[in-house]
Amino acid sequence: MTDTTPSSFTTHGLHTSAAAQARMRRRYAAERRFRLYGIAAIVAALGVLAVLLFTIVSQGYTAFVNTEIELEVYVDPADFSFEGTTPTSEEIGAGNYRNLLSSALQENLPDADAPGAARDLRGILSGQAYRQLRETLLADPSLIGQRVSMSFLASSDIDQAFKGNTPRDVPEERRRVSNLQYEWMDYLENQGQISTSFNSNLFTQADSRQPEQAGLWGAIVGSFYLMLVVAVLSIPLGVGAAIYLEEFAPKNRLTSFIEININNLAAVPSIIFGLLGLAVFIQVFGLPRSAPLVGGLALTLMTLPTIIIAARASLRSIPPSIREAAYGLGASKMQMVFHHVLPLALPGILTGSIIGLAQALGETAPLLMIGMNAFITSAPDSMFSPSTALPSQIYIWADSSERGFVERTSAGIMVLLGFLILMNATAIFLRKRFEKRW
Amino acid sequence: MNYETKTAEKLMAAENIGETKMQARDVRVSYGDTEALHGVNLDVRHNEVLALIGPSGCGKSTFLRCLNRMNDTIDICRISGEITLDGQNIYDRSIDPVQLRARVGMVFQKPNPFPKSIFDNVAYGPRIHGFTRDKEELRQIVETSLRRAGLWKEVHDRLDEPGTGLSGGQQQRLCIARAIAVNPEVILMDEPCSALDPIATALIEELIDEIKQSYTIVIVTHNMQQAARVSRRTAFFHLGNLVEVGETEQIFTNPGDQRTQDYITGRFG
Ligand SMILES: Nc1ncnc2c1ncn2[C@@H]1O[C@H](COP(=O)(O)OP(=O)(O)OP(=O)(O)O)[C@@H](O)[C@H]1O
Ligand SMILES: [Mg+2]
Repeated sequence: MTDTTPSSFTTHGLHTSAAAQARMRRRYAAERRFRLYGIAAIVAALGVLAVLLFTIVSQGYTAFVNTEIELEVYVDPADFSFEGTTPTSEEIGAGNYRNLLSSALQENLPDADAPGAARDLRGILSGQAYRQLRETLLADPSLIGQRVSMSFLASSDIDQAFKGNTPRDVPEERRRVSNLQYEWMDYLENQGQISTSFNSNLFTQADSRQPEQAGLWGAIVGSFYLMLVVAVLSIPLGVGAAIYLEEFAPKNRLTSFIEININNLAAVPSIIFGLLGLAVFIQVFGLPRSAPLVGGLALTLMTLPTIIIAARASLRSIPPSIREAAYGLGASKMQMVFHHVLPLALPGILTGSIIGLAQALGETAPLLMIGMNAFITSAPDSMFSPSTALPSQIYIWADSSERGFVERTSAGIMVLLGFLILMNATAIFLRKRFEKRW
Repeated sequence: MNYETKTAEKLMAAENIGETKMQARDVRVSYGDTEALHGVNLDVRHNEVLALIGPSGCGKSTFLRCLNRMNDTIDICRISGEITLDGQNIYDRSIDPVQLRARVGMVFQKPNPFPKSIFDNVAYGPRIHGFTRDKEELRQIVETSLRRAGLWKEVHDRLDEPGTGLSGGQQQRLCIARAIAVNPEVILMDEPCSALDPIATALIEELIDEIKQSYTIVIVTHNMQQAARVSRRTAFFHLGNLVEVGETEQIFTNPGDQRTQDYITGRFG
């Protein structure tokens, strides 16, 4: 039937013949195929994302808890040297805490006085345990001479072993936790003296050589300062530049040259901005290395093109009819832009700016160039003091093979992702909040 | 100057129909390299309704937009010749186009209310020109303008709702009210009814009839009946030239040019 079907326009049944039906079927088949490709692509993307998230979360979730050991400590006055009747803080601070704690461990653990056990004993508690005890005593000197029951932070090795992150069934010499230490762990577990609890160090401490004491607080504060600098500089500058270029600048060679260069700048690898920050801000202007101010300046340069491009696109999308309406009533250009175009473009501008900031928050390369990947054990107290940032802190930890840092790397990534999601949610919220229909 | 006295002056000036309000001499407009208007000479008289008709693309909108320098906002647009308002060349250096557009208002083909409340739409002009002393006076102007545009009854109880939420015909009347609120001397209308149904169109035509006492109106239309109904004089454009202009009745019953004859009888366009 198909071969005899005439294809002339004048034929009746051009749209109802068998050939037409076949054409129709082919069109639908093509449509179905296209939809299938789309779904396959989305499924693949979601699958990869799920694998990525699963790896990060499964490696990192344990970092949000740490292991604590409950011990009864006899605060032996013999470990202090008091002169007067009331102990001064210096005297309390200078106590022999190492001795206090090892006696407590010996008292609490079986076989603790076996030959060679001293080394294993020292590896049980974190260095922070001494500080914990000292602070408790400083807060309440009356405890001296008494028996105090307290939870002490375990060392990283014990922490990892207890959380099951390091395997037990390998030869002892290839483990960081000895057989004796495992026996103690089992004993403490039976006694209910070892347990995990929320790892507040992760959110209150800066970096440390000891994984169990290392936290993200320094990096969070550093990133906050960075974002402050970037937001304060790049949003007004970027939006201002976009308004000028889009609405006021004459269209000539110079402005089109500037436009091309802004578009090119958006594609420049971020490490170049780091190099520029190093060469200009640190070497020429003499600003301090590793300071959030310098990092913020470098990131500002990187973020500006993004914000300018997004803001211009947003301004351009405002229908000309609104501009004409304003002009037609005798509004000046300035009034037209600031009364009508800018308010309508604002959701888009805000979204673009926040996306730009989010990009800057996750940027690592420029920070490495200006030394924000240094080992810094305290949170910065100003824009000028040395600091790390979230991505560079993750970078530092990722360099370390210790299991405690491996899980903290993943935890850091989760925290960073959390901040990014928060920023994007803000962008969506602002867009919904300020969006107006016409 | 006070809003009411200005309107009153205008009403008095209504007796001077026949005096030239705007005058175009040898107006040539080109977009880039193509010339869209090839030397147009046309007078707009005081308090008349002048209709511009002609086939699509003949330059009606282009001419209209020259009258309030709206073409200035198009980069590639070049204008030569002379257009005067009350004897003063509006393309003169001393004339501020922003001020000019307050004197020569415009209503566009597609209703384009601001995405603001109905009140703010109408109040926008008076606000930026700053000729109201207080809130009450502003409210008064908004009410007067909406009444004149025949919209007051429909919207008086929802002035703070968005202007974009009105129907197409209501939006267009809102745009007219918005233009009136600035109290211009001339109102330019570019096919104000092309997006409207016959009832809304009739309302707008009534409205034009109403307000022509106090304003000079230039209206572009594709609707011959509309031109015949609302205008006192009609100008016929063809391919960038003004072919003829005369009393509306004469143009429609006894045109002087064959092209006009062909157009109004529907032979082209
Ligand atoms: N912004 C512009 N850029 C370039 N050319 C334009 C522009 N506006 C109008 N033109 C050209 O100028 C000529 C006249 O256009 P105009 O809009 O004045 O016609 P019109 O008579 O209003 O037509 P219509 O009745 O369809 O609205 C047309 O050839 C058009 O292509
Ligand atoms: Mg037109």
